[in-house]
Amino acid sequence: MKMTIPREELMTKGHTGCQGCGAMLAMRYALKALGKNTMIVIPACCWVVAIGPFPYSALEVPVFASAFACAASTAAGIKAGLEMQGKREINVVAWAGDGGTFDIGLQSLSAAAERNEDIFYFCYDNEAYMNTGRQRSSATPYGAWTMTTPKDSTKNEFKKDIDAIMAAHKIPYMATLSISEPEDFIRKVRKGMGIKGMKFFHILSPCPSGWLSDPSDSVKIARYAVETNIFPLYEVENGEKYIINKKIARKKPVSDYLKLQGRYRYLNESQIKTIQEAADKNWRSLLKKEEFPDT
Amino acid sequence: MTGKIIFGGAGDLPISPFTKGSMVFNKTCAWRNIKPVIDINSCSKCMICWKFCPETAIDIIDGRPAIDYDYCKGCGICAAECPGKAIKMTAEEK
Amino acid sequence: MRQLMTGNYAASYAVKYAGVQVIAAYPITPQTQIVEKLSEMCAAGELKARYINVESEHSAMAACIGASSTGARVFTATSSQGLAYMHELLHWASRARLPVVMTNVNRAMAPGWNVWADQNDSLSQRDTGWMQIYCKSAQEVFDSILMAYKISEKVLLPTMINYDAFFTSHTEEPVDIPDAEKVRDFLPGLRRGRIMDVDDPCAFGTLVAQDTYTEFQYKIQESMQDAKKVITETCAEFKSIFNREYALTEEYKMSDADEVIIATSTMFETASVAVDELRKKGSKTGALRIRYFRPFPSEDIIRALSGKKRALVLDRNISFGAQGIFCQEVLAAAGGKGNMPAISGVVLGLGGR
Repeated sequence: MKMTIPREELMTKGHTGCQGCGAMLAMRYALKALGKNTMIVIPACCWVVAIGPFPYSALEVPVFASAFACAASTAAGIKAGLEMQGKREINVVAWAGDGGTFDIGLQSLSAAAERNEDIFYFCYDNEAYMNTGRQRSSATPYGAWTMTTPKDSTKNEFKKDIDAIMAAHKIPYMATLSISEPEDFIRKVRKGMGIKGMKFFHILSPCPSGWLSDPSDSVKIARYAVETNIFPLYEVENGEKYIINKKIARKKPVSDYLKLQGRYRYLNESQIKTIQEAADKNWRSLLKKEEFPDT
Repeated sequence: MTGKIIFGGAGDLPISPFTKGSMVFNKTCAWRNIKPVIDINSCSKCMICWKFCPETAIDIIDGRPAIDYDYCKGCGICAAECPGKAIKMTAEEK
Repeated sequence: MRQLMTGNYAASYAVKYAGVQVIAAYPITPQTQIVEKLSEMCAAGELKARYINVESEHSAMAACIGASSTGARVFTATSSQGLAYMHELLHWASRARLPVVMTNVNRAMAPGWNVWADQNDSLSQRDTGWMQIYCKSAQEVFDSILMAYKISEKVLLPTMINYDAFFTSHTEEPVDIPDAEKVRDFLPGLRRGRIMDVDDPCAFGTLVAQDTYTEFQYKIQESMQDAKKVITETCAEFKSIFNREYALTEEYKMSDADEVIIATSTMFETASVAVDELRKKGSKTGALRIRYFRPFPSEDIIRALSGKKRALVLDRNISFGAQGIFCQEVLAAAGGKGNMPAISGVVLGLGGR
């Protein structure tokens, strides 16, 4: 028996996340890394539902449900309150979806990053407002179908580059995480635990009901996102030092990733080409940032 | 507390909705349409199924993975990720 | 120690004496002096608090809510547009049953921009589950903040302390600052209720279904009603230590009056001068101040108005399509009660006029 990740579970059975939900795996890994000495702020998002209704919880750490726009500032308040009472060693986590991060929560996140609050901010990014029934967010990728970017009008804009935005804040540590790479996921969260100040983690979180994919494919889709360079795995220290965690020798074409998901069913060849070019360009720029941190 | 919690009335309730009970009472097996079955002869005990279960519904018993059918929602990730193809998704007997 | 200071500085000093641990605030005229003074106190180490320079009032209240959920004593201050921007989280603080204390300097709502006294900002927050006090002087601002922590931490509902822009916020008045030790005796660091604790993990504020949602609302209403007793007891205790008297309402020459002017905040002071003038002309006039707006002191108002002939409510606010808001509330309290005067209202003083 080989154990490559910690055995301790702080997420219980019986949660109400959908079949094959990537965000459930993300929380499971995050808590394995962070351990019991952790408090979590969850704004409006799938997870505040998945945790279960009053009087139950699927998490064995304290949780505070915050309003939608203010996960980061609520977490900053919790950290300040704990520190002023001498409880300095508790990991304070904001755990938000893409809506609560890229859209409505961006202002409070940006401010917390600028103040370099000593908190962990996790965005589990399922690339739309899935909890309200799959509406477009600024994290929704180009060409994707949602209820508000329907057939004949799928999303015509590219996904907001939240990682570049966070790197521009020069926070001490940030990383992208994939549910297909739990060991890398846990290693990077643990690395963040040794760093004082703002830690930002961006997790691509496959959503079978929103991406119109087979629940059994969730880990595979996350893996393909990495292997096609749609979602590269890397870390950034102080907004400058880029470390790419996984360089794929024989990268897959983006179509391998796209065809596993019904939300891309309306894509034509030229749109697929556009997505391929964007992924390639993004990868080249990442390589350049890694090689020349001062540029 | 892992059981179901019943409140008698307002007097029983806490002052605000803070939660102490565990979701473990909530057996999610009814969500399942197809069920994973591990062929123990082909299982290499690599624990990849355990690692990728979004329900934490694969326990480790005597060094082997064991599916907790009270909670397995039947997503099929374990079968898809098993490198030795030792897990088969089979029809749920209702 | 008696010092000359503005209402805003009186608020800052009260926060220091209350031993607040976390302050999160965003600047807005005419509240800025409070937070500037507090920043200065934190920087000098005179106040051992973390001051969080947030990017908005929404985040200010969010940070206060977060810090309060860990059991820390918290403070914020705002005004007008800032209070409106905070609206969502005012509901959050009260429904999470957190004893957050905030000062709001009553200022007019835009457009057009007007930084002068007007109560429409705080009265628009009537139904958010906050206790609301309207102060008439810098001394009262100081005293009310100290009492508010004690009351909020017992009742487990937040308190908003309101006072008039410029008339109180920027006017210097003599303020009696008590010995720190006396304040500590009055306001120890004790707090009821559950807090966020890694050794006793709870989830706060997740889904609440139809079967229990009403019960939680009922508990807030029940606590609001019980708060009247807590307020009265706390005022009595405050008087025994500091020798200054407060209650849910305040009366001026009411015992033999047959006509009553009802007012709030600094307008009550003007009303008291008017009472003296009218009495010189032979009228039997008295004045009644509504100090607490929530919980609304219906019983005290009915008792004060019983047997009077006429009452006039002065409102520095308006509920468009209805009338002055205090007047409405007084009418609602008096409705169906015997021996009540003829009650009418006038809207005046909007935007500091």
